[in-house]
Amino acid sequence: MNNPHGIPMVQFTLDGVAVSAPAQPGQRLSHVLREALGARDLKIGCNAGDCGACTVLMNGAPVCACLTPVHQAEGHHIETAAGLHRSDPVAQALGTRFAEQGAAQCGICTPGMMVSAVALLRKNATPAEVEVQDALGGVLCRCTGYRKIIDAVRGAAPTTQNARGNVGDPIKRIDGADKITGHERFGDDIAPPGTLEIFIIRAPFARAGFTLGDLEGFIASRNGIEAVLTAADIPGHNAFGVIPQFVDQPVFAEAEVRFRGEAIAAVIGTPEAINALDPAAFPVTWEERPPACDIHSAQSEGAVQLHQGRGGNVMCGGFVQSGDAQAALARADVTVEGHFESGFVEHAYIEPEAGFAEIVEGRVEVHACTQAPVMDLEALEIILGMDRSKIRIVPSAVGGGFGSKLDISVQPYLALAALKTGKPVRLTYTRTESMQSTTKRHPSDIRLRIGAQRDGTLFGFDFYGAFDTGAYASWGPTVANRVPVHASGPYRIGDYRAESAGIHTNNPPAGAFRGFGVPQSAIAQECLFDALAEKLGMDPLAFRIHNALTNNMPTVCGQVFSQGVGIKACLEALKPAWAAERAAATDHNTSGKNTRYGVGVAAGWYGCGNTSLPNPSTIKSGVRADGTVVLHQGAMDIGQGANTVIAQIFATALGIPVGQIKIVGPDTDVTPDAGKTSASRQTYVSGNAARLSGEALRRAIVQRMNVSAEAALEIADGAITATDAGTVHTFDLGTVETDSEGFAFRAEETYDPPTKPLDANGQGEPYAQFGYAAHLVVVEVDPEMGTVKPLKFVAAHDVGQAINPMLVEGQVQGGIAQGLGMALMEEYLPGRTENLHDYLIPTIGDIPPIETLIIEEPDAHGPYGAKGLGEHVLIPTAPAILNAIYAATGARITRVPATPDRVRAAIKGLER
Amino acid sequence: MSYHAPATLDEALRLAAQGGGKVIAGGTDVYPAMAQGQTPDRFLDITRIGGLRGINRTEAGWRIGAATTWTDVIRASLPPGFDALKQAAREVGSVQIQNAATLCGNLCNASPAADGVPPLLILDAEVELASAENGTRTVPLRDFISGVRKTARREDELVTAVSIPTPPQDMGSAFEKLGSRRYLVISITMTAASVSCDAAGKITQARVAVGACSAVAQRLPALEAALIGQDARRAEVDPAHLSALSPISDVRGTAAFRQEVVATQCARAIARAAGHE
Repeated sequence: MNNPHGIPMVQFTLDGVAVSAPAQPGQRLSHVLREALGARDLKIGCNAGDCGACTVLMNGAPVCACLTPVHQAEGHHIETAAGLHRSDPVAQALGTRFAEQGAAQCGICTPGMMVSAVALLRKNATPAEVEVQDALGGVLCRCTGYRKIIDAVRGAAPTTQNARGNVGDPIKRIDGADKITGHERFGDDIAPPGTLEIFIIRAPFARAGFTLGDLEGFIASRNGIEAVLTAADIPGHNAFGVIPQFVDQPVFAEAEVRFRGEAIAAVIGTPEAINALDPAAFPVTWEERPPACDIHSAQSEGAVQLHQGRGGNVMCGGFVQSGDAQAALARADVTVEGHFESGFVEHAYIEPEAGFAEIVEGRVEVHACTQAPVMDLEALEIILGMDRSKIRIVPSAVGGGFGSKLDISVQPYLALAALKTGKPVRLTYTRTESMQSTTKRHPSDIRLRIGAQRDGTLFGFDFYGAFDTGAYASWGPTVANRVPVHASGPYRIGDYRAESAGIHTNNPPAGAFRGFGVPQSAIAQECLFDALAEKLGMDPLAFRIHNALTNNMPTVCGQVFSQGVGIKACLEALKPAWAAERAAATDHNTSGKNTRYGVGVAAGWYGCGNTSLPNPSTIKSGVRADGTVVLHQGAMDIGQGANTVIAQIFATALGIPVGQIKIVGPDTDVTPDAGKTSASRQTYVSGNAARLSGEALRRAIVQRMNVSAEAALEIADGAITATDAGTVHTFDLGTVETDSEGFAFRAEETYDPPTKPLDANGQGEPYAQFGYAAHLVVVEVDPEMGTVKPLKFVAAHDVGQAINPMLVEGQVQGGIAQGLGMALMEEYLPGRTENLHDYLIPTIGDIPPIETLIIEEPDAHGPYGAKGLGEHVLIPTAPAILNAIYAATGARITRVPATPDRVRAAIKGLER
Repeated sequence: MSYHAPATLDEALRLAAQGGGKVIAGGTDVYPAMAQGQTPDRFLDITRIGGLRGINRTEAGWRIGAATTWTDVIRASLPPGFDALKQAAREVGSVQIQNAATLCGNLCNASPAADGVPPLLILDAEVELASAENGTRTVPLRDFISGVRKTARREDELVTAVSIPTPPQDMGSAFEKLGSRRYLVISITMTAASVSCDAAGKITQARVAVGACSAVAQRLPALEAALIGQDARRAEVDPAHLSALSPISDVRGTAAFRQEVVATQCARAIARAAGHE
């Protein structure tokens, strides 16, 4: 059967309803479901069967819709996440459990997880853990660490409670419902079907000159191609970057490309024309040139210089010095030293960068996934040469960010294309494009020497870290600055020197990734701490506790906190598990089994917010005449839970239940700037702004009502009721003149962390607060094969005050999963691991049980004592695993990932 | 542009003879390999051909139809000689992939790391091909896959089945896979082994095949011969027995590592095949 346009129709049952859709030969079922049948609950993460986000049931069996020709659905029954949630009691009960466990963070993998789990639960209502893992092994999640998903499928006791939502209440995510039903709208879910699409022409070489050919002829000779954009089409400046002094990346390369995957042009056309477009037909001639593909070749004589004014390809460096490291090391009773390396790590969020743009009343509106809407707006202002009043950024839901969605990606192409054509446009990166062109974790090359006195006191620390910052600066300067401040770890070190350098290469730009270089430096420091403890004959945990920072001790920057230093409490919390697990490991290792167990420990710290730079957040709130309490929430929730945390803080300050709050935003037209979701700053900085906003709103109300500051407020049905010392006062909101935004009461408050600049020796007050963490891991090593299997984690985190303990656990488990990936399997190699089957991230079968110990050492600056957490959660993970491998085998791994071949080689090295 | 999903083999072979285009079953290798702007003009979907899906007992042994999925293999009731194949089936991608992907597609894709090949090599599998012009021919699996992404299938032919002679009743088998993670992982090395043992636990018959260590997975006849009379629990795998292998270095592991660990893997697969976990 054909439709009126001659396109063959395919008929099948979709969630119980007979449907008919036009389908081109060979079209993927996923495409037809999303674009022709509106099933946008089905998510596409890779189009290669590697991520499982697009899982649907075909006649009850889970399949990847991206690998299924739509014609194979003919006459069959297809079920999707949204349909199951509408009508299937198994799915509905599972959805409730997902919410109660916090099993959905960003929500992009949730439909695939739910569909796969429903297929399992229909056959087996009480699956064992391994059965859940077998059933869900084909769906990748980058946020949760999978444990809450396993708990939800198996029906474990909920980790959430139904509560008012005050600070400390483990309530469900307030924005969770749409994630679980599949209705959350991510970057690729905004554009209407049929919208013009953009295809970006990218460099196939790490370095090459290029000449564009006959673009007019190219457009004219192809049906459905509307326009081609190149550097010549940029009305403003062809440059972007996240740090004002380092705006060095072009939207479209000019004359020479500096990394494989760099954009040189964009083709705009109908979906059919873009689908048919063969990139080889694009008129460009390339002249391949010798690239600098690592920091050593980039610094060698004759290497290409990537940027003017950055001699030796040194982008910038960082430096912290206190005391005299060399002198102390010369006098130390024992010293250890090491050389540690790591490669590029890809963020691998399951949502590739995606968005939609249109022109509305002469303004350009961009709907895309982002961690930093106001920074996007500022970047477009420069690129488009337009006043910011003409630009609106409306973030979509974000299917994972972890740092990389701080930088712009699709936004300039969308805005330029919408302006060029005057029509709505959409752009979704393929998985390969996402991996090739967006930022990565910096590869590191670290040399470190540490000394100690016989009693175990640290005595001298000399660190040099070179970081491959790739072709453009991105957040490289931040990494260079942060590393020397953090490389000591949360320990007292009097004689300290740490130097870092960011080196340009013809690699993809390295930028922000959970921890900004600190996870790399922690590997060197925490592994050498174990070596030092061993040399001293000390217990590794006792050695760390002995040297841990406490209140009133200066950090390596000379910053003295009189309160809030919680690392000792974190380390001490691990003592019981340390003793028990080490004993159990010894039992295993003396039982004649083939594998070896090892227990490792490591700690970490992380300063919340920008380093010695202004870092404000503003939160607006108000009460409408009808009694609606509105919270303008511009702090991007990228899955971590900012919507819930900010609302809980605000509700507590105002004194109302969180369920009463209506959240508005994020939208640069209506939400004030709450800064970027980065540097573990939203709970701390935006949380403080929310607290101030709630307190100010409350002050305005109690003053107007002439009741005491302690009065209990109820806001509902157009009135505020205040109960004050047993007396009830009622205030009719209709009696107040509302402002232009409809508010009877309003508040807008800003918080900026108090920091002080760092001097030439890195001395100062870089952060108003640090958060602290210590991880313990048990691993099983198969010495003959070189495989490492983590069996259990115990993670102690000082969060000051857990605003929502369920969300704290979610961050810890997800961070550990990423740290585990970095430790054991993840390395991005341009041209070689540009997809999710060659670049491996942990699956549900790789993450063992994780016990989270929440330590609450309140911080005087944090809202209700709270500290940031987002980055802390993966800093100790990789070194803890490496230390556990050492404990198990005696082999010291100094380059991550510790893949089976590297582990086996290290063990063989011992055998020689 | 056309998509053909014929209901009969005759029709499918007629289409194949006309230049059938891209043969598709589960699609799990077809789509990931499809480059931007390179959608094939013509698809030949074999999944609706009557009688092509399923595992049947034949006079000589077993016949696995070309549209049989990995999940079908997992669910089939088969003798212990097929345990390695079933274990491999569970290692193919994920449940989603196993539900769609076919065993024969795995052979036709001819990846050096195809999980299905070593278990079928130790089963002495043969590939059945048919064409409109020449009827049916049978090619031993070891000859069917001729190189990386190369097979003996001619353009006008379709693979219709894999046929497997009845394995010895007392032969156990096992599959070992080494990867950097659980699930959805391409093997670094893989080994399938089947052995028969006498009452004392000495090996009387052995078959071993290794994948991801040469352009085409292969049986190791020298090792198989050397195993006779050995204790299956601690079989010795001499490096010389593995000299036919020629592993490469890639993102998953170095050549030297592969060559070394595959010896351990062989010993483990042999022990498990004999029932020693």
